[in-house]
Amino acid sequence: MEILIPVLICLAIAAVCAVILTLTSHFFSVKVDETEEKIRDCLAGANCGACGYSGCDGYAKALADKSCTKTNLCTPGGDSVSKQISEILGVEAEDVVEMVAYVACNGNCNALPKRYTYQGNKSCKIANMNYAGDKMCTYACLGYGDCAAVCPNDAINIVDGVAVVDSKKCIGCGLCAKTCPKKMIHLIRDEERVIVACSNHDKGAVTKKICSNGCIGCGLCKRNCPEGAITIDNNLAVIDYEKCVKCGKCAEVCPVGCLKESCFIGATKQ
Amino acid sequence: MYKELILILMGGVLVNNYVLQQFLGICPFLGVSKKFDQASGMGIAVTFVMLFATAATWPIYTYILVPSKLEYLQTIIFILVIATLVQFVEIILKRFIPALFKALGVYLPLITTNCAVLGVTLNNITDGYNFVESMISSLGVGVGFWLAMVLFAGVRSRISETAPTKSFRGLPVTLIAASIVAMSFYGFSGIVENLLA
Repeated sequence: MEILIPVLICLAIAAVCAVILTLTSHFFSVKVDETEEKIRDCLAGANCGACGYSGCDGYAKALADKSCTKTNLCTPGGDSVSKQISEILGVEAEDVVEMVAYVACNGNCNALPKRYTYQGNKSCKIANMNYAGDKMCTYACLGYGDCAAVCPNDAINIVDGVAVVDSKKCIGCGLCAKTCPKKMIHLIRDEERVIVACSNHDKGAVTKKICSNGCIGCGLCKRNCPEGAITIDNNLAVIDYEKCVKCGKCAEVCPVGCLKESCFIGATKQ
Repeated sequence: MYKELILILMGGVLVNNYVLQQFLGICPFLGVSKKFDQASGMGIAVTFVMLFATAATWPIYTYILVPSKLEYLQTIIFILVIATLVQFVEIILKRFIPALFKALGVYLPLITTNCAVLGVTLNNITDGYNFVESMISSLGVGVGFWLAMVLFAGVRSRISETAPTKSFRGLPVTLIAASIVAMSFYGFSGIVENLLA
């Protein structure tokens, strides 16, 4: 019989605990919006912030409480996610402008020598503080991989001292573009064909001296473009993608090969 | 009176630091100390739960277990009460302070069976503290836990920048660093007696 009292007391305390928990969960539980949960489930879940909200939860919440009506903001998810969200909300689906990142520099180890030996922390941001980095060209990709570190999908590799975006893996969130201290990673619609793989605004002769892959502003591309889509802005070729017809002539004539044909067309979301 | 409370508080923070002197709560100490803000969040959450747990377990022990001569049930009852309490706090926080819930959310369930929380409630009884002393002791232990977490997060962020020998990478070098931090805390033993003398 002696065992009975402790058992009863234990049971009593456990019962009180159970009652308290049941009551609190009944009275204080937070009602989770069902549409919000459903939307959250369709989103890509990369928490990249490309939509402009604080991660996927923030976007789902904004859609659910109607403070945001655009269903096409999730670039990583693409059209299919936009369609699913529109179905849940009962609105018309809008096409997502799918983006892909590219690195506007081709100054790899062979093309662009270094000014000094950098032995500090392997970070572009820190290297950039030391006289704008160790590469001869102050516009160039430093190749210490700050962009690769933030990429949520491991789409960026450092090849030969220059960041290279794997356009098949790129989800177009733009985190790399925000991180790059040189601001030479850009987003582009993934149906485009030609990119300018250089950011150097120095005069042609100066560029030619330090980098064999840099844009020298010769204007050959401009003259050969049938649509007049290319301008030379401050010694650097710039493509107006509104006018570009994707013929690829500019890439053929470029003497330094900094206008490059890329395989973006429908590269993502396949 | 106040002097005694200050002694208990400082004793909890520095001299009897639960993590570095008594080796309780090592699991979150090694698990969540990789980043400074996470370590800090975990430390605050543990302090929070320790205070609540003491406020709940001390009366249960004194007014239920002692009169019915069931002191030996303290461990099992305390685990029960602390687990309930953590769930309770979680629900309440989610409802009323969602920001704090988001900050602590991941850590609260981890604390449910944290031995440091159980340890502080049991030690308060063993040391014969009254209610106020128990609360102060829990606060001290919680702050001590937070301090250890934050200090060690700093140490670990420095370790992550180095390249130790392959066999020492990861947990081994972390454990060595933990032992050195723990040794440094032995320097505090004996100061409390002379703190207010």
